[in-house]
Amino acid sequence: MAGAAGHLHGFAGSATRFENNIATRDQTWVKYLVLGTGLTFFALFLMLPLITVFFEAFRRGWDVYVTSLSDPDALSAVRLTLLAAAISVPLNLVFGISAAWAITKHDFPGKQVLISFIDLPFSVSPVVAGLVFVLLFGAQGWFGPWLQDNDIKIIFAVPGIVLATVFVTFPFVARELIPLMQAQGRDEEEAAVTLGASGLQTFWRVTLPNVKWALLYGVILCNARAMGEFGAVSVVSGHIRGQTNTMPLHVEILYNEYQFAAAFAVASLLAFLALMTLAVKTFIEWRTRAACAEEKLG
Amino acid sequence: MTLARQRRVLPGFGLSLGFTLAYLSLIVLIPLSAVFVMAAGMGWDAYVAAATAPRVVASYKLSFGASLLAAAINVVFGLILAWGLVRYTFPGKKLVDALVDLPFALPTAVAGIALTAIYAQNGWIGQWLAPFDIRIAFTPIGIVIALVFIGLPFVVRTVQPVLEDLDAEFEEAAASLGAGRLQTFVRVVFPALIPALLTGFALAFARAVGEYGSVIFIAGNMPFVSEITPLMIITKLEQYDYAGATAIASVMLMLSFVLLLVINGLQAWSSRRGGREA
Repeated sequence: MAGAAGHLHGFAGSATRFENNIATRDQTWVKYLVLGTGLTFFALFLMLPLITVFFEAFRRGWDVYVTSLSDPDALSAVRLTLLAAAISVPLNLVFGISAAWAITKHDFPGKQVLISFIDLPFSVSPVVAGLVFVLLFGAQGWFGPWLQDNDIKIIFAVPGIVLATVFVTFPFVARELIPLMQAQGRDEEEAAVTLGASGLQTFWRVTLPNVKWALLYGVILCNARAMGEFGAVSVVSGHIRGQTNTMPLHVEILYNEYQFAAAFAVASLLAFLALMTLAVKTFIEWRTRAACAEEKLG
Repeated sequence: MTLARQRRVLPGFGLSLGFTLAYLSLIVLIPLSAVFVMAAGMGWDAYVAAATAPRVVASYKLSFGASLLAAAINVVFGLILAWGLVRYTFPGKKLVDALVDLPFALPTAVAGIALTAIYAQNGWIGQWLAPFDIRIAFTPIGIVIALVFIGLPFVVRTVQPVLEDLDAEFEEAAASLGAGRLQTFVRVVFPALIPALLTGFALAFARAVGEYGSVIFIAGNMPFVSEITPLMIITKLEQYDYAGATAIASVMLMLSFVLLLVINGLQAWSSRRGGREA
């Protein structure tokens, strides 16, 4: 899925130019029909699930909500989720910067193929992503016997969860940086180097300020996926309570045990994270658009 | 200074490319190749038997059919929603625009339990359908609903920018030649949107085929009826049938590669047609 999650930015520009032009203006009844249908669909399919999460979470009252979240298993799931994100996001951040630097600031054959390979994890089913690590590190996997001899556990343990998370969040930062840095070209960096700046200085003083919003954008999308990943992590986790359960897996266990209030309480934290992600994303888009407008004026 | 040095004036090429290739190989390429190496080691007959077992084939049909249907629904409603967001002014528009991306940000398991709660027989929507004997949760219809949820932003976000950039001149020309709004839409606007609609369809479909988290809660997971292909892989793994899981995974991976090529082709076509960078 080329650019699937990374590259889709919001575009709510002004519609007045269409509404004030007689050739592009729809009849009023068409407008209300289109908006009525579209917004009903939006409310039913997107808003209703979101409202349901918070409604179900607080249905049994604040006390049940707090008790569900302060349960030791829930807390350990929160810790593991934070740990997986704290490892996978920086790794993929470093990778994203490095890949973007190599691809956009230098010429070499096979560049397009490399870009396609970087996108691969987006088009692989999360379940398959989990499976590949079982095939490598599971008891019957390639390295299984060696790992057992050395008493190292990857599958059904924390390292497997981290690996699966790194895999599914692999392209996020790179996908944001590459198109932007390609569009910006190399002139500014080349000027800096010609004037005697070192490579690191050039990166910190010239490249980074130019891409900071895209970088942040990639990082928050990467983080949202890292904390919310379910399928891939589910395959490698083994679902050991208090040890290898992330928040989404904990939601599943509670739900399957009919502890709906507790399941939705943990789910509400994840939904809140999703809303925060969308808020930051909208803010960055607004910043980027404002910067673009300024550039056009200046 | 030689010519070659001048051309490659920026430092860090060896280090950044070396790290990129090493990390890509370790995290993505080598693990994915394990599926094909493992599948190749099974022997042809065992592979075919595992990949085409009746219960597995039933899951392909369901995953494929439900994903196609969901992507088609998303094309229709995604276009309507994108049209509303681009062409009209209405209160709350910015909020709607921001929340269209919710399925990208909301963890799939959360979407899964919420949808199940809504469509179960005592749920907000399920209870109104129950008297008519319409069941959505725990049937293939529930699967389609979950796939519609996760696929919607793909269509909206591919159609929206194309619609935004569409030059008003074409519609002005059509109007001045006496065409009505409907005629203009069908003959002028819609053809310009076809590449974007197809790309959105393919993206939503590709995501839907591999989707797991939002589906398993609402699906009911009955063999031959409501078992999706990713669940078959999990089922095989739980039975320690690694070979069986690998065979199914290899079929899914090949489908992913084909879809990736199709989507890249569609995006290239789309950007040529629209005259903008994808």
